[in-house]
Amino acid sequence: MRLTTISSFGEGTPYFEVSMKKLRGVLGTSAMLMAGAASAQVQDMPGGPRVNQLNLPPGVTEIANDIMWLHWMLLIICTVIFIGVFGVMFYSILMHRKSRGFKASKFHEHVGVEVAWTVIPFLIVIAMALPATRTVVAMKDTSSADLTIKATGYQWKWGYEYLDGPAKDVSFLSTLSTPRSQIMGTEQRTDTYLMEVDNELVVPVNKKVRVIVTAADVIHSWMVPDFGVKQDAIPGFLRDTWFRATKTGTYRGQCAELCGKDHAFMPIVVRVVTQEEFDAWAAEQKKALASAADDPTKEWTKEELIARGETVYGANCVACHQANGKGMPPTFPPLDGDEKYVLAPKKGQIDTVLNGHPGTAMAAFRDQLNDVEIAAVITYTRNAWSNAGNGPDPVVQPADVSAQR
Amino acid sequence: MSSVTADHVPASHGHDDHHDMPHGWRRWLFATNHKDIGTMYLIFSFLMLLEGGVLALLLRTELFAPGLQFFQPELFNQFTTMHGLIMIFGAIMPAFVGFANWMIPLQIGASDMAFARMNNFSFWLLPVGATLFTASFFVPGGATASGWTMYAPLSLQMGPGMDFAIFAVHILGASSIMGAINIIVTILGMRAPGMTLMKMPLFCWTWLITAYLLIAVMPVLAAAVTMLLTDRHFGTAFFNAAAGGDPVLYQHVFWFFGHPEVYIMILPAFGIVSAIVPAFSRKPLFGYASMVYATAAIAILSFLVWAHHMFATGMPVTGQLYFMYATMLISIPTGVKIFNWVATMWRGSLTFETPMLFAIGFIFVFTIGGFTGLILAVAPIDIAVHDTYYVVAHFHYVLVAGSLFALFGGAYYWLPKWTGRMYDERLGKLHFWSTMISFNITFFPMHFLGLAGMPRRYVDYASQFTDFHQIATIGAFWFGLSQIIFMYVVLKAYAGKGEPAAAKPWEGAEGLEWTVPSPAPFHTFVTPPVVK
Repeated sequence: MRLTTISSFGEGTPYFEVSMKKLRGVLGTSAMLMAGAASAQVQDMPGGPRVNQLNLPPGVTEIANDIMWLHWMLLIICTVIFIGVFGVMFYSILMHRKSRGFKASKFHEHVGVEVAWTVIPFLIVIAMALPATRTVVAMKDTSSADLTIKATGYQWKWGYEYLDGPAKDVSFLSTLSTPRSQIMGTEQRTDTYLMEVDNELVVPVNKKVRVIVTAADVIHSWMVPDFGVKQDAIPGFLRDTWFRATKTGTYRGQCAELCGKDHAFMPIVVRVVTQEEFDAWAAEQKKALASAADDPTKEWTKEELIARGETVYGANCVACHQANGKGMPPTFPPLDGDEKYVLAPKKGQIDTVLNGHPGTAMAAFRDQLNDVEIAAVITYTRNAWSNAGNGPDPVVQPADVSAQR
Repeated sequence: MSSVTADHVPASHGHDDHHDMPHGWRRWLFATNHKDIGTMYLIFSFLMLLEGGVLALLLRTELFAPGLQFFQPELFNQFTTMHGLIMIFGAIMPAFVGFANWMIPLQIGASDMAFARMNNFSFWLLPVGATLFTASFFVPGGATASGWTMYAPLSLQMGPGMDFAIFAVHILGASSIMGAINIIVTILGMRAPGMTLMKMPLFCWTWLITAYLLIAVMPVLAAAVTMLLTDRHFGTAFFNAAAGGDPVLYQHVFWFFGHPEVYIMILPAFGIVSAIVPAFSRKPLFGYASMVYATAAIAILSFLVWAHHMFATGMPVTGQLYFMYATMLISIPTGVKIFNWVATMWRGSLTFETPMLFAIGFIFVFTIGGFTGLILAVAPIDIAVHDTYYVVAHFHYVLVAGSLFALFGGAYYWLPKWTGRMYDERLGKLHFWSTMISFNITFFPMHFLGLAGMPRRYVDYASQFTDFHQIATIGAFWFGLSQIIFMYVVLKAYAGKGEPAAAKPWEGAEGLEWTVPSPAPFHTFVTPPVVK
């Protein structure tokens, strides 16, 4: 297969590796001297960026290897042309100086030369485009996948749903797990800072995984550099991409399309495991899902709802409305003391959480949260902060939410 | 020094000016003189450069270390957005129009621009637009934080700051269109006898082509932001999928403007460099005709490649291939220009005054940006580095090292004509080297960051990226401070300090602008010169 030839040519050329390491050593050392001790202890992130990484990641898919090969090819051709052109220019700068008494020639045209430097670059560009074409075609071929997963971008987290295979119907949200204290600098940052999540996407090794990408609010982009994958997530539209990871391990990426306030805080983490591990994981997930399934007809006590609601609030609401419920007005209004929805009859608040407010940052949560979670989080906001004891309807039951769906 | 006219007569005592020259604030508010308006454009764009630069330094300050230190993410995104909008619509574009106002009538032997009062209006719209941009920081919710590209649906979530930005873009767009009409009519209708199109200085040619690009695409941008406005306030759903719209439609419309816009900001720079390189090589420009054709080719191709900004949105394989091939083709006419400049220098009699340093610096660093552009044109690589710092590095190499370096070079080259004084050569050279070195320290490491996967428009980053971010921040502050040298050099010349400049201060310079005294009198070419 041609594709394999291309990538193996890239891998099998140790010269790049050696020169890259040298360059990295030199740059890394000088950078380290400037940066001082603060970042000296940072180690390479497993499946993420290396310290002062200079090039694309090595990659664990054929596409990623092809991209690496294409990049080296272009870099080398461009460097050779650059040295050629500027070699001529710097020769001229050194030798054809007025201060050396050099008298200017008067020529200002030469048809032969001008045709040559139009035609030759044209041929070079064609030579560059041919191998790139093969990779473009390969990247777009999402047919005959072994496993299909849907990834949905939300402000600011990812939702995953397995559409087939042993984990069919398993779905979960994946949010940043880096604690706030590390972001604010009150706690030592770990090596996986900002590129770690609570629930990782799990896929089997050596299987073609098709990822259907979409979004619920604004455009996001699902990127995993080690797979050579980046696909914008467009609300209302389905796009797809694919990867076949050849090595087990954890691979990390981040959202790559500006999506608002917490754009930098919605990473992507994919754990590639063996087929057996994947099957076991799938079975476990399904069991857990069955037992954790909420019964929306059950009457919940106020305390149960508040406890559950606090967790839901922490995962879904806190980024905008803040832990103290004060929000960040005017874009993100406060819930503490809010008389329009929170300290008002429950109907309006249920409607807000279910359907959002189009044209504002308030998203519709009807597809992200179930009735129990919505009832719980509403009950929580009605009893938290200074809201406790104020306003009508202090408790909202899942049945109330179902009624308004 | 072979000057054509008397050098030492101060302009205000010249014979053919003064009698109808307005004074005081009226001279500026009611300005109809192309030189006065050109000066106002240049001062305005420099102020905007400072404002956009301060925003950039605020960004770099936050990015000096991982974690959140100075600015909350929402404010950081506002800074990113306004840095881009202000630099593009406030600094670079008006600066080139300022050069056009000053130099095109002087270069083609016209007495002024064709529409003097429209010229006044197109300038005075600029402060209005700039005020809207700046004031938007102080409305509830702050300035728009959706990036300078203002992608829907994110831009639909923004507060009233977004509406300020939309109106500012409308106003600045109207200003650009009027400026473009003025330039086209001036060039096509007011050339001196004997000044055929193919005898025009290349700066006029590049601006003529740029002006057509402006007229073609500024209305497209206006359409894009108007659709945003009606989606935001009047119940339309161009970009709302839930009501049958398409968010990607916005990107198509925006980039149909956005890609020609890239050339709007670089073609006049090519023109300036094509004036400077022959002057200090003491040799005519190599391949004048092919330079004109290459400029036209770039302009035409610029309409055919817009979706290469959108490879990651996921388009059909044929679409990706077409936009990849078309984009790669642009490197050919661009390469022709680089080769022509090098051939102009070849076997010349070179000297290295500040304008020449900036021109050579431009060619050198712009070529790096050109090559990364070619690399980005290759769709698979683009998908790997799209929306990362690699792209940030790329467009700063072409916009800062490209457009801005050419503007600096042009400013030093024509400053004697504008002020009648020679600038301080020692400080000019210091400005060049300081700018050149700090520019590369700032932006070169961003290539590495991007290849390693660091996304752009991020307020915070993984600790592994720290060192390169710190180098970039140090370079950015150095770069910013270097511009104080420029300000000092220019103000000193305007204050009338320094050697008086001859009508033609550069030995190898060619063109009609050097036949009038320095500083150029208020009225020039009242009787058109005859070009042989």
